Amino acid sequence: MHTSTLIILLLGLMSLAYWFGRKRSLSLVNGRVRDLHSLPSYYGLHTALWCGIPALLLLVLWIVFEESVVMGLVVDGLPQEIQNLPESRFELVLNDVRNLASGNIVSSGVDATMQQAADRYTQLMRISHAALFVVALSIAIAGAVWARSRISPEQRARNRVEKAINFFLLSSSTLAIFTTIGIVLSVLFESIRFFQQIPFTEFLFGLEWSPQTAIRADQVGSSGVFGSIPLFAGTMLITLIAMLVAVPVGLMSAIYMAEYASKHFRTLAKPVLEVLAGIPTVVYGFFAALTVAPFFRDAGEAIGLSVSSESALAAGVVMGIMIIPFVSSLSDDVINAVPQAMRDGSYGLGATRSETIRQVIIPAALPGIVGGVLLAVSRAIGETMIVVMAAGLSANLTANPLEAVTTVTVQIVTLLVGDQEFDSAKTLAAFALALVLFVITLALNMVALHIVRKYREQYE
Amino acid sequence: MNETTAVNTEGFVPTTADDAEAKVTENKLGEGTVGEIHVDDPRMTCRNVNVFYGEKQAIFDVSLDIGKNQVISMIGPSGCGKSTFLRCLNRMNDTIDSCRVTGQIKMDGLDIYDGGLDVVPLRASVGMVFQKPNPFPKSIYDNIAYGPRIHGLSDNKSHLDEIVETSLIKAGLWNEVKDRLDQPGTGLSGGQQQRLCIARAIAVSPEVILMDEPCSALDPIATAKIEELIDELRENYTIAIVTHSMQQAARVSQRTAYFHLGKLIEVGETDQIFTAPRHKLTEDYITGRFG
Amino acid sequence: MNNQDQNHLSTMHRVSAGLDKRYRREKHFRWMGLGAIVTGLVFVSFLFITIFSNGYTAFQQTFIKLDVTYDAERIAPLGETDPQVLAQGNYGAVVKAAMREMFPDVSNRRDKKRLYGLVSSGADHRLRERVMNDPTLIGTQETVWVEADDDVDMLIKGHIDLRLPESDRRVKDDQLRWIHALQEEGRIEKRFNTTFFTAGDSREPELAGIRGAAVGSFFTLLICLAIAFPVGVAAAVYLEEFAPKNKWTDIIEVNINNLAAVPSIVFGLLGLAVFINLFGLPRSVPLVGGLVLALMTLPTIIIASRAALKSVPPSIREAALGVGASPMQTITHHVLPLALPGMLTGTIIGMAQALGETAPLLMIGMVAFIVDIPGSIMDPSAVLPVQIYLWADSPERAFVERTSAAIMVLLMFLISMNLLAVWLRKKFERRW
Repeated sequence: MHTSTLIILLLGLMSLAYWFGRKRSLSLVNGRVRDLHSLPSYYGLHTALWCGIPALLLLVLWIVFEESVVMGLVVDGLPQEIQNLPESRFELVLNDVRNLASGNIVSSGVDATMQQAADRYTQLMRISHAALFVVALSIAIAGAVWARSRISPEQRARNRVEKAINFFLLSSSTLAIFTTIGIVLSVLFESIRFFQQIPFTEFLFGLEWSPQTAIRADQVGSSGVFGSIPLFAGTMLITLIAMLVAVPVGLMSAIYMAEYASKHFRTLAKPVLEVLAGIPTVVYGFFAALTVAPFFRDAGEAIGLSVSSESALAAGVVMGIMIIPFVSSLSDDVINAVPQAMRDGSYGLGATRSETIRQVIIPAALPGIVGGVLLAVSRAIGETMIVVMAAGLSANLTANPLEAVTTVTVQIVTLLVGDQEFDSAKTLAAFALALVLFVITLALNMVALHIVRKYREQYE
Repeated sequence: MNETTAVNTEGFVPTTADDAEAKVTENKLGEGTVGEIHVDDPRMTCRNVNVFYGEKQAIFDVSLDIGKNQVISMIGPSGCGKSTFLRCLNRMNDTIDSCRVTGQIKMDGLDIYDGGLDVVPLRASVGMVFQKPNPFPKSIYDNIAYGPRIHGLSDNKSHLDEIVETSLIKAGLWNEVKDRLDQPGTGLSGGQQQRLCIARAIAVSPEVILMDEPCSALDPIATAKIEELIDELRENYTIAIVTHSMQQAARVSQRTAYFHLGKLIEVGETDQIFTAPRHKLTEDYITGRFG
Repeated sequence: MNNQDQNHLSTMHRVSAGLDKRYRREKHFRWMGLGAIVTGLVFVSFLFITIFSNGYTAFQQTFIKLDVTYDAERIAPLGETDPQVLAQGNYGAVVKAAMREMFPDVSNRRDKKRLYGLVSSGADHRLRERVMNDPTLIGTQETVWVEADDDVDMLIKGHIDLRLPESDRRVKDDQLRWIHALQEEGRIEKRFNTTFFTAGDSREPELAGIRGAAVGSFFTLLICLAIAFPVGVAAAVYLEEFAPKNKWTDIIEVNINNLAAVPSIVFGLLGLAVFINLFGLPRSVPLVGGLVLALMTLPTIIIASRAALKSVPPSIREAALGVGASPMQTITHHVLPLALPGMLTGTIIGMAQALGETAPLLMIGMVAFIVDIPGSIMDPSAVLPVQIYLWADSPERAFVERTSAAIMVLLMFLISMNLLAVWLRKKFERRW
């Protein structure tokens, strides 16, 4: 039986519990709701919560620990010589057992012990599932019966239910914190393992990046080189090009929208520009690879320049297009936040519109605009699909936008897509790159959001 | 210029030997307005001014002269259109899309709404000070220098320094800020900020300064200083001030115009308006029966 | 006095003197602004035109009419009707025989191979299906339309440059001749491409469809919505209505804002490390994809929901509290219903964002080549944007048009979601 069946059963039990609890409270006071501390529905909810929550908690814990407990039991049953295998080999054996049990193809030959272990695994899993069903349902019923028996007109059911809801609200709000912690821990642990193999300084200051680690020691280029400078240089180059496109176009369109455009024009043009923001990045990537990059290559050919078909220019320009609406909507916000009194003061002195914009509004909005641009930079640095599809893979250390460069995100994707071994420096390098990426974007965001917040407060 | 001898409550009958055409067009002038709308030496003349916000009319047929080197104050209950009228004088209403102005406003004989004058030089010569002090988020120096810079009024740096200094002196702020000209204007106190805004307006050497309730956001001491300043500025500038404080109008102005529901009800010497209002509405307002 | 006048006049004059230059600059500035907007609009239209002009042909597919003989020898030599035997019949040979029949003069092996290459390798499946549905067909003759190979399809749609030398062309000269012959007999026709909407992925462009990816996207979004919406709303309610104003709340707030700007690929790594490596969930399944996307869209939903809660005026809360409702009742009975449209709008926008997201899903292995249409949240599957990414990487010309067509479908979904959000906002917008 499936876990979802169990969940549906539990939900059914909860509605039953609600109904019983409600009925019980009413019958206690012979239908005189006034005599109850709380409304009957709260007694129902209270019973339902006692029915569902402990069982669901058990379900979650069970699922989390089921695999490792069962595996532990299987391991105990394995012959001593297998248990004494080195850790990496041992892991492989366990994987084979799992695969065998689920009927997949396994890497090594199947011998009797393995088959036995797999059978045992399957059997234990089945027992565990059955046990889970029985235990969870009994807990649910017991919880409901107990809660129902406790119902009395004096019981403060509403307060208890509200407390439970409040707890749910509080834990929901902390999920964001846990996500952040999860991100930090998940990239940090693997990064630490990476830095145990590759020195930190080599990673941060090395000028060469070539992560291909050979499987056998005697292969050519057996040890990868992990100098991340070319990646960051490539990222910066593409980000710079993107900003050169996005900032002027985005800022000027925001200015035009806010200060010049008639209402009619604004209601027409604004949604069209916002469409750019809604287009998935994979579409931009396709557009860059299919149309823009060949266009630049051909244009370069026509004037006698050799432009790589994976040039930083193409990826950067398309990324810039993607960021235009981001810059323009942020700028629009900050420009509109400049008080009308500023404009009046300037117009009152006889300034023209453009003088007012350039000399009063932009200086006044500057912190907000800078914050917005920083957010845009952070977005460009973390952007993945466009560069994966339109930028190159080889780590050139160059400032020439016509050449192919690679970026941090491209490398993360190439290193992690496909087969992974979690002990090779190649795979772990992706986590180290992600750590740096996360730290840089986090710092940019913090600064940017702080600036924008301070700016808002100034005019509130 | 128009010389008047007779005033009646029903309307104004021109008795001067002006040309016939003027007589015809100005025949119905000031209908509904009590008092003398003309002055001997007008800087600005407004004739039959109507203002509309979309469909809604905010000002009805107002005619009024603003005399040279005089302070004229405009009073009336809130929403009476006094600020709207003031903003017509340097076409600040242009910045509101739905706003439409008809009638004639002339400055030194040039029609400001009829292509006779471009809005940029107009606003340079009709400065404005707003209800809330609105210094730019720049240094004190740059705040003052903004106008001369955009209009190209200074020949060089030392000339600009001189303009900044004289403007600040005229606005009575020089002594307080001369050591911190490079600090942001937003760091000054409210009263100082408002004087900074006055200095900013003076820096482009306007002829007329419009003030829209310049003291409403200030404390009494700062208000007293501004009032004093207005009195001094009268020597060189024509000033039109909108105020909700009758005491202020009485203290600073020579002439007073009373607006009610978009109409100019009564205009006259300040003393006369406050001591012997001729119109019932003016009297009610002055005596505090509403407002 | 006079001097003063002089001064004023000169101000007026001097201002007027510089006026032309200033108005010229004003005009330039204005043109620059307009130019920027036009640039943006040009980009949008260029992108849409590129996608559309590349993609609209994919909604049609070239078919070839074959006169097939369901030879019992090749399908069920002993006359069995057992489906298992029928399924293993040599339908390829049936197709080949039909091809040979049309061009009896083709004899050498290489030429024959080219001739067979005109029809899709999926033609066998089509015949198999027909026979399985109706075993009485065996031994009879029938006219069937089968999919042409993608190269033929491209040729018919005019995507193959015939000026190239034969060796550089995917369609050879003799193939061209045969195709012309078929065309003259009326055996080639373009029809609506139903395969594109009903099939999963395939290595053969003419057999590839988006159904599998679309279903995968649906399951993924379902999980994402089921988690992100309740949790997002709950978090927003807590932060807006119950949270004490202290350092802890501040940290949560800063955290949420930062999380909204963390690169999406980092969420993919989180999913890889936590859901797959730590919890041992399988790779490539919508469940994990949905979990990752839920974490990613959560900040968007929380921020939008908080804005919606903020826009409910305090007077409503005071009124409810005033009649003795508990804070929780005030929220659930009065504030939430009023804030719900705004929350839904934010959620739809978050879902649209999740629907278009690719990078984090690459990290959790949703890039596998999957032919089957997923049946549950635990089946390996692709999602629409990943399918686009995979097809964009394929070298066949026919995949370019299918990629563009898939993009058109994806954009259609996104645009309808956004329109729904706009409509919701318009319909329930309230001015207090």
